[in-house]
Amino acid sequence: MSISVPDKVWWKPIDKEEKIWLFLAIIWMAISFLWMPIYHFIGKQNPSNESYRVTREQWDTLTDDFIKKYQVKDASGNLVTMNDIPVVHPPAGSDVYLEGRAWKWWPVLELEKGKTYRVHLSAVDFQHGLSIYPLNINYMALPGYDYIITMTPTTSGEFPILCNEFCGIGHHTMVGKLIVK
Amino acid sequence: MAGQDFRTCPTTGLKVHLPAENLIKANAVAAVLLLLIGGIAAAGVALTRWPAIHLLPADWFYRILTLHGLAMLIAWIIFFEIAALYMGASVLLNSRLAAPKVGWLAFLLMVVGVLLIAVMVLWGQADVMFTSYPPLKANPLYYLGVILFAVGALIGCLLFFATLYKARKEGTYPHGSFPLVTFGLACAAMIAISTLIHGAAIYIPAFLWSLGFMGMDPAAYRLVWWALGHSSQQINVAAMISVWYLMGTLTVGMKPINQKLCRTAFVLYVLFINVASEHHLLVDPAISNAHKIWNTGYVMHLAVLASMIHALAVPAGIEVALRKKGYTSGLFEWLKKAPWSNPGFSATALSIFIFGFMGGITGVTFGSEQVNITAHNTWRITGHFHSTVVGGTTLAFMGATYYILPLIFRREVLGMGWAKLQPWFYGIGMILMAGGMMLAGAYGIPRRHWDIVNFGGSPFAFTWDPTVYMWLSVFGIGALLAVVGGAIYILVTVGTVFFGRKLE
Ligand code: HEM
Ligand SMILES: [Cu+2]
Ligand SMILES: [Cu+2]
Repeated sequence: MSISVPDKVWWKPIDKEEKIWLFLAIIWMAISFLWMPIYHFIGKQNPSNESYRVTREQWDTLTDDFIKKYQVKDASGNLVTMNDIPVVHPPAGSDVYLEGRAWKWWPVLELEKGKTYRVHLSAVDFQHGLSIYPLNINYMALPGYDYIITMTPTTSGEFPILCNEFCGIGHHTMVGKLIVK
Repeated sequence: MAGQDFRTCPTTGLKVHLPAENLIKANAVAAVLLLLIGGIAAAGVALTRWPAIHLLPADWFYRILTLHGLAMLIAWIIFFEIAALYMGASVLLNSRLAAPKVGWLAFLLMVVGVLLIAVMVLWGQADVMFTSYPPLKANPLYYLGVILFAVGALIGCLLFFATLYKARKEGTYPHGSFPLVTFGLACAAMIAISTLIHGAAIYIPAFLWSLGFMGMDPAAYRLVWWALGHSSQQINVAAMISVWYLMGTLTVGMKPINQKLCRTAFVLYVLFINVASEHHLLVDPAISNAHKIWNTGYVMHLAVLASMIHALAVPAGIEVALRKKGYTSGLFEWLKKAPWSNPGFSATALSIFIFGFMGGITGVTFGSEQVNITAHNTWRITGHFHSTVVGGTTLAFMGATYYILPLIFRREVLGMGWAKLQPWFYGIGMILMAGGMMLAGAYGIPRRHWDIVNFGGSPFAFTWDPTVYMWLSVFGIGALLAVVGGAIYILVTVGTVFFGRKLE
């Protein structure tokens, strides 16, 4: 009985059936355990391994400069925005900045298909969750950390970016946009 | 030593220490009351997230969701576990509880803590979800409430160990080894103590931070908080499996198939399951991939191995017991003739099924490096843990209640006809609800989100793949069934405690 004291010596040999199960389970666990590091090398998509601490001042300077330099202008030379958020077209292969703030993804990035970018992800007020739909790619944006995601867009179109970490009462309004041309 | 403090249980022949019995009752009653509060919150949250209804306004949705997480995951589960610990140490070993007064102190701290938490949340002073990730900040009294609750729980665990020591010293049970259930609970309590130390390491700084005495690094908070948050789930696993063994014995007279194997599996939990906490941080900055892989891959699989052992041992033990009753024809007569209309048995069987097939498998996969990129913070995760801690742990505890009522409260279960249906409502509801959540989550439906249809009027609003709405309906129907199952449970338990026929 599970609720009564066992025999004095309960360290008894395991039966054959249990041994078979144990053996299979150990093999399965070993495969599953090895598969994660193996897939890290043969798989094509891993979480990024590169991040730095960044102060609020450093981050603000970096993003302001970035937006000033690369904000898109229309035919008559006016700066282009989308719902009051600057639209930025950085050169292919460059460093790109994406900021989570209550409750916007800032700025709207315009990237080129097939080009590789270093996307710097951070947040300025609360923790935010980057979630790019419909592929559903998720990374955390934390204040004080510059998380670098190397990204090569393979499909053109406009992709919504959700926030999926609770960041206050306006959390559900936090939708942004990523444009791939 | 046995004075008038004891009574002898007519069913099990165990000697029950009356002060221990009172504490078990108090903790169990608190647990059920908090399940009621958490359940009302669950109904509000579920009916808001089901787009067909969208019940609550945004601010109350987030507030009630915070309350739901805390009332359920922290309060209901831990009060029940403390009751189980006192039962495992005192009743199963025929022993007095080492220090009942200390038990009441622990209870008082936990009650005050929970009240403080609930008041702060409902008052709108802690709209931070139960994870309270900084820089989101709650009223300092909220963190204080969590600390008081945790100190109470810690004292409860220490009282459990003190009682084991006393029982051993006084020789209240035949010889050295504890019953398997007590052994499993001791493993749960060990994990609990380590968990609560991590809890102190994060809630005391968070309390000081909320008072303005120190800064708080968001990534460091997440790392330490999940050392608490992850391992607290492993208390639930170890306690739930102990309850499975308990229920196997109470319902069909099961014997552990091999004490060595079962106990080794519990020890594997203690040694290894506390690691793997970084599966919550797989897509976080500040931690290297090598460390993430080491933490979530290496020793966790020894803990999964432990679960694989129990996954054989519990059903096999039940099968052997039923075959001994003569249900031996064919492979499955024992399964067909099992006591399905006993709610203690059906709850346990459903708990094993939901935890093992839905919770365990999804947990191991979502916790792997690459899958997590798409699963993180989506409803896949919420579906996963409603299979483990709700379909698994909560349902197992519900099943155990149908035995605690006659054995500890000494009341005949009132409304047995309803009780027989209860695990089915709750279990099938949870299968549909958690399944719907995980499938909707696979399309990217985020967790903790008030409005996935209009995004609160955001100009960038977009539309989902329409299949999502089908899974959201499956979720909603499942949630309603589970709420009905939860309501029956509460009506039956409260009705029995107050109006059930007194036994002997
Ligand atoms: C009838 C029963 C239940 C229903 C219908 C239900 C429903 C829900 C729903 C709809 C959510 C919100 C998901 C979101 O917005 O992301 C949720 C979250 C949650 N539930 Fe339940 N639940 C039930 C029982 C339980 C129980 C028994 C527990 C714990 C033992 C529990 C623990 C949680 C936790 C920890 C969360 C996460 C809160 C957060 O994200 O901050 N639930 N539940
Ligand atoms: Cu956000
Ligand atoms: Cu975990």
